[in-house]
Amino acid sequence: MKHATAAAKFVANDERSHWHDKALWFVRSKRDRMANSVPEWELLRETASAIKAYTMTHMAELLEQFEENATRLGATVHWAKDAAEHNEIVHRLLRDHDVKKLVKSKSMLTEECHLNPFLEKHGIEVTDTDLGEWLVQLRNEPPSHIVMPAIHIKKEEVGELFHRVLGTDEGASDPPYLAEAARTALRQKFMEADAGLTGVNFAIADTGGIVVCTNEGNADLGVSLPKLHIASMGIEKLIPQAEHLGVFLRLLARSATGQPITTYSSHFHGPRPDGELHIILVDNGRSKLLASEEFHRSLNCIRCGACMNTCPVYRRTGGHSYGTTVPGPIGSILAPSRDAKEHSTLPYACSLCGSCTDVCPVKIDLHHQLLTWRKEIAALGYVSLDKSVPMKFASAVFRRPWLYRLAGRVARNVVPWLPRFMLYNPLNVWGRRRELPEFPKESFQQAYARRQKTSGKRSLR
Amino acid sequence: MSSRDTILKAIRKSQREATPMPTLEQDWLRFDDPIEQFTTVLESVGGKCIQVGSRSEINDRLTEFPQFESANVRASTIEGLGQPTVSLDTIDDPHNVENVDFAVLAGEFAVAENGAVWVTDETLKHRVLHFITQHLALVVPAKSVVNNMHEAYRLLSFESRRFGTFISGPSKTADIEQSLVIGAHGPRSHVVFLVGDES
Repeated sequence: MKHATAAAKFVANDERSHWHDKALWFVRSKRDRMANSVPEWELLRETASAIKAYTMTHMAELLEQFEENATRLGATVHWAKDAAEHNEIVHRLLRDHDVKKLVKSKSMLTEECHLNPFLEKHGIEVTDTDLGEWLVQLRNEPPSHIVMPAIHIKKEEVGELFHRVLGTDEGASDPPYLAEAARTALRQKFMEADAGLTGVNFAIADTGGIVVCTNEGNADLGVSLPKLHIASMGIEKLIPQAEHLGVFLRLLARSATGQPITTYSSHFHGPRPDGELHIILVDNGRSKLLASEEFHRSLNCIRCGACMNTCPVYRRTGGHSYGTTVPGPIGSILAPSRDAKEHSTLPYACSLCGSCTDVCPVKIDLHHQLLTWRKEIAALGYVSLDKSVPMKFASAVFRRPWLYRLAGRVARNVVPWLPRFMLYNPLNVWGRRRELPEFPKESFQQAYARRQKTSGKRSLR
Repeated sequence: MSSRDTILKAIRKSQREATPMPTLEQDWLRFDDPIEQFTTVLESVGGKCIQVGSRSEINDRLTEFPQFESANVRASTIEGLGQPTVSLDTIDDPHNVENVDFAVLAGEFAVAENGAVWVTDETLKHRVLHFITQHLALVVPAKSVVNNMHEAYRLLSFESRRFGTFISGPSKTADIEQSLVIGAHGPRSHVVFLVGDES
């Protein structure tokens, strides 16, 4: 579906659209306060960007180093070339350990791989234990944000959902009351789980360890009770050395939610003494993206979500309008890399304001890449007619000064007299939510010539 | 060809020209009074910091906390502290520490810039206790407070199998309309005792 079509549904509720906008701007403001409190913020961003660049140009050897070190520590490393293989590996591990109930902490990768429906089909009960992820799981919908999965849901809706699912008081919408009910219900899930699955925020090549960051403590609870810990990670989560975490952990939470650090930043080096740790390295299109001259930098992303929180389009249209696992500016670069035709409208869901590039903690040139995608999509012929025809028309006019002048004269003299239905009709996509400005009496050239005559040449300077 | 070889081959085929590794030797943020900074930041994330002259003062200070006084099940890994009601070493299954109300555990060092304390499972049989207890107190040497995360990683090595985590404040969530709720899944309160000279 086109982004604009999906977004139209969201913005139709004007009150909700503005509420969503404000909620995200609040997070963006917190991020600004945190960033401003660190004098070397720009140096941190540059260092993080350089570490990621180094990683991407040494990816193969770092992956091998990671595998060797993780194995030495007693973990088992698996490789999955795509989503299907990843899901098969997870399922095989669960089957071999006779797992009936799995608790998961936040993992956008398993969203990308559609792991939950796959496991459920095989009779395994999967519970997403991050409160926001659990909310969207119970509502049977995907997360709308990578850090705040339920940012689109109102507390009254959570109240209704919990009343139905957990039997909380009807009409209750007090967040502490609802969170307490979730705590009680999910603690039961943690206690009953046969295995825990986590995502990975960082994997350290020179130690073979993985780092998982949460605020709720759900990842740690999920993998510290049962004996089996499965960690799924995209290969781009790699960093060369443990000391590089100093840079990334200083940036991640400050950029994401405006916290100085997440409540828990857990470092897993090998399994528990009596347990097993399986780490699945997933490609699923990443090596292809790494090979792309134009878009490989999008792999540097540490999934903080800052580009979403600041994006004027994301804030007003909501994450579900993008129809992808990762929405917002970074998602609009990643998704077309998978399927340019399917996601051809995403790079246009952007005003090119560049705010995403300004806040990105690893300095991805997001808006430049979005612009580049537009060129690619045009070259591939995926631009819809309502965009390509006016563009061709504009190009023809701008290339011919006489036609440009004529068109201007016609517009100034005719448009103001046209009845409304001739200007604002289904053909005028631009005019759906915009009004034309008042037309001037004279063109710029005419105004300039008149001014020159009355005030002399000095006005040029 | 295995998936491993397929992936590595694909990466090697398109490997770009190597870029240099940046230096981490920089003039990173330092504080005039790291302990004061740690205290302020920890409070801003919902925790509490108490400085004590020696370990022996901690038991008295713990009685100031109603959640300690009312705790039915208490656990501690520090000799003589926290009036434990359970002996952790005799518990084999980590599920059996779920009922702990108040735990007093050791932290290795603290970080001024973000209120975090580094904890490990080296003296703790069940690492889950950090996350499953209703209330958590950490005991950390006052002289161990470092300025920033770069200094923190200089203290850490990961050569052998181990678990460690930075904990900054109590468990929290803002997943319901961005309203901050303390006590998501883990501890509902978090206090750090910074202990003066241990000599």
